[in-house]
Amino acid sequence: MVVEMRIVIAKPGLDGHDRGAKVITRILRDAGHEVIYTGIRKTPEEITRIMIDEDAHALGLSSLSGAHQVLIPKICEKLKSSNMHDVVVFAGGIIPEHDHQILFDSGVRAIFGPGTHSNTITEFLSEVENRKLNKMPTGVGEDLGWRWC
Amino acid sequence: MALVLIEDSELLESALRGDRRSLGKLISRIELGFNPGLKKSKTWTLGVTGPPGVGKSTLIGSMISEWVRRGERVAVLAVDPSSPKSGGALLGDRMRMQGSDSSDSVYVRSIATRNHPGGLSYFIDPMIDVLAAAGWSKIIIETVGSGQSQTRIAAFTDRILLVEGPDRGDIIQAEKAGIIELADIIAINKSDIPSAKETFDSIIYSLDMSKSSNVDVHLVSALNGDGIISLIASIEKCHNYEDENFIRLKERLLSFWDSRLLSYPDLNDLLEQLNTGTITLDEASDMVCKGLLEEEI
Repeated sequence: MVVEMRIVIAKPGLDGHDRGAKVITRILRDAGHEVIYTGIRKTPEEITRIMIDEDAHALGLSSLSGAHQVLIPKICEKLKSSNMHDVVVFAGGIIPEHDHQILFDSGVRAIFGPGTHSNTITEFLSEVENRKLNKMPTGVGEDLGWRWC
Repeated sequence: MALVLIEDSELLESALRGDRRSLGKLISRIELGFNPGLKKSKTWTLGVTGPPGVGKSTLIGSMISEWVRRGERVAVLAVDPSSPKSGGALLGDRMRMQGSDSSDSVYVRSIATRNHPGGLSYFIDPMIDVLAAAGWSKIIIETVGSGQSQTRIAAFTDRILLVEGPDRGDIIQAEKAGIIELADIIAINKSDIPSAKETFDSIIYSLDMSKSSNVDVHLVSALNGDGIISLIASIEKCHNYEDENFIRLKERLLSFWDSRLLSYPDLNDLLEQLNTGTITLDEASDMVCKGLLEEEI
């Protein structure tokens, strides 16, 4: 059986609301991915270490606490400085429109807010796989320009 | 940035030098069938098994903390089943292991069974060898103790800890599954719940009835740390008795045999013939044995 991707779903910072993250974890598992859920209140350092040790291809960050524009760019930087440029980062939760650009500039390739259909997320990941197969920039430290919208 | 494919040997070399990213990638390649063919070095391995929900991961978490305090480097392979339907897997063991994400002395890797025919038997040994060669002094393999191919993975370790919990009411089931026979040490977790003592007593009682009195039984609480130190002492002093080694080797052999059988190329044909009643089970197993032999030549 073909394994799709190894994906880490993480909750950065002091944010305990993880119902959304758990739902996403299940959706991705049912789409055939291997999903590692980190649990709540992880630091950028811990998340980076988990990505390295688990040899994950993608990272989904769930944030509902309002700290996204500090923590998410920090995690992206850590991934780049740990030589994980090819890892795909996407985000979800409560992230207001006017903060999106900061995250996209850090290397986040998709932001999924409330009301997103589960198909949309799995379609995004299929597109990511396609792009990777065709060696097109998709990772957090690769050429910006493409993002899911 | 172009995708650079690093050579297996280069990856192995840098993983053994202590680069965690390379170690992570190397384990992924082993999962896909790569065998680095390392010389068997001295390893220290512990299998942790038991029913779902008894607190295996949490207990491993408290043991990790203690071992790290003593200067050990602990690696955990946490095995979880893949969904037979989607092929996906939900790997949540590491979130229960306290402190597993923040120490240089701890490496936790989640592994999905990926519906490999016959389980993970082909991969677990090379993974252990790589971890040992990379300097991990304690290697723990966690598996859910349900289903034989899962339990058998534990037989690839040198010592087996069976974790049980209170209010499960089916200690007899564990006996039936033969897990108790494989275990060197039994820990009844959640001693903070009063009924854990009952489980403890009933295990002691059932062990008294059988001859396998070499087994140490501990009442522990991963939650508040009670009994962890003496559990570790028991694990550390545990050594293999000859007859237990034979049981373990038998499990390993059975596990390999399952893998061979399930990867038999004409298996579906065989099942079809069995279904229509044109051959008997006896004839089918003869055909498999002959077929596998021919494959060798």
